[in-house]
Amino acid sequence: MKNIKILGTGCPKCKQTTALVEQVVKETGVDATVEKVEDIMEIMKYNVLSTPVLVIDEEITIKGRVPSKSEVTELLTK
Amino acid sequence: MFDWIQNMADWIVFDLLKLEQGQHLAEALNFFIYDSVKILLLLFVIIFLMGIINSYFPIEKVRNFLSRNKLFGLEYLMASLFGVVTPFCSCSSVPLFIGFVRGGIPLGVTFSFLITSPLVNEVAIGLFVGLFGLKITLMYVISGVLLGMTAGIILGKFKLERFLTPWVKEVLANAEREGEAFAEEKTPFKERLPIIWAEVVNILKGVVPYVIVGIGIGGLMHGYIPEGFFEKYMNKDNLFAVPIATILAVPMYSNASGILPVVQVLVTKGIPLGTAIAFMMGVVGLSLPEAMLLKKVMTMKLIGVFFGVVTLCIIISGYLFNIIL
Repeated sequence: MKNIKILGTGCPKCKQTTALVEQVVKETGVDATVEKVEDIMEIMKYNVLSTPVLVIDEEITIKGRVPSKSEVTELLTK
Repeated sequence: MFDWIQNMADWIVFDLLKLEQGQHLAEALNFFIYDSVKILLLLFVIIFLMGIINSYFPIEKVRNFLSRNKLFGLEYLMASLFGVVTPFCSCSSVPLFIGFVRGGIPLGVTFSFLITSPLVNEVAIGLFVGLFGLKITLMYVISGVLLGMTAGIILGKFKLERFLTPWVKEVLANAEREGEAFAEEKTPFKERLPIIWAEVVNILKGVVPYVIVGIGIGGLMHGYIPEGFFEKYMNKDNLFAVPIATILAVPMYSNASGILPVVQVLVTKGIPLGTAIAFMMGVVGLSLPEAMLLKKVMTMKLIGVFFGVVTLCIIISGYLFNIIL
């Protein structure tokens, strides 16, 4: 099972990313938990400078932008 | 350069819609079509160019560069210049702030970056070129960079570290120079393009409605407010005009892209350019949502000092513009 975290303080881009990831998880049926991390102290543990950040199994995959749907699909199904 | 847009606007209004030349509605519509097409086109070009720069100029590199090199004062200029080329979403300001100070970058230098980043951004530049022309855009950009630098140096002198929130102080105390190996993305341009493109579309979607409404309001005002109307109240000799304009501007934020087209019309109606630029810097550079976010890392006192110093610098540059222009 994959553990997906979206780091973001609640800006529109972060919400967009979360919605997209949830949609992809649903469509592909990947076994994964989606967690939204909004606490800034928690976010800073990942040592990132820009949000939103997509973390899959504690690994930072995309940061600072909203990923495209195909990107997310690829990351989740590989 | 933009003759073809004028021709197109003429064709739509006079040939396609068969409105008569000289008619008030026809002139307003003509102005509206010409202005919107020109401004949207310039916005698109500039956001796209900045997107390409950004894609190759990640923020981590900036941070690492600033924390690795001792620049003897030049770091304020560097931080300010970096602020121009990096995109800024106010929601990133907190992680950015912490990331910078944790990397050992002095607070003042971090402030330089934090000030210029929203002040001189791709949307503002695009609108400026479209509305005021290249010369004034250049002046805006240069004064934005100088302002970020100056305010950063002043704030650095205040020794403000003690006004950070406790948990940030803790972060600072445990600051270790993370010698993180920065994995450079070696994505070819062809693969970057769709990502940049998506970002451009995203930004445009967010600002276009405001810009259109702004141009619409500007167009109406263009026709109804007599030339030189504001000279009576807001001329260069009125010393209160600049501070009032700046202080009014600070709380405005989300509709910055809608305000610029209106301000341009106000300038043609007699508001001095320096006053107008101070107003626009206030709108673009400082905002209440940003202050709310910064509350997580700074005490109210520090936010107050930060906003106060920047507001003061904006007011001073407004006066300077009024004297020079």
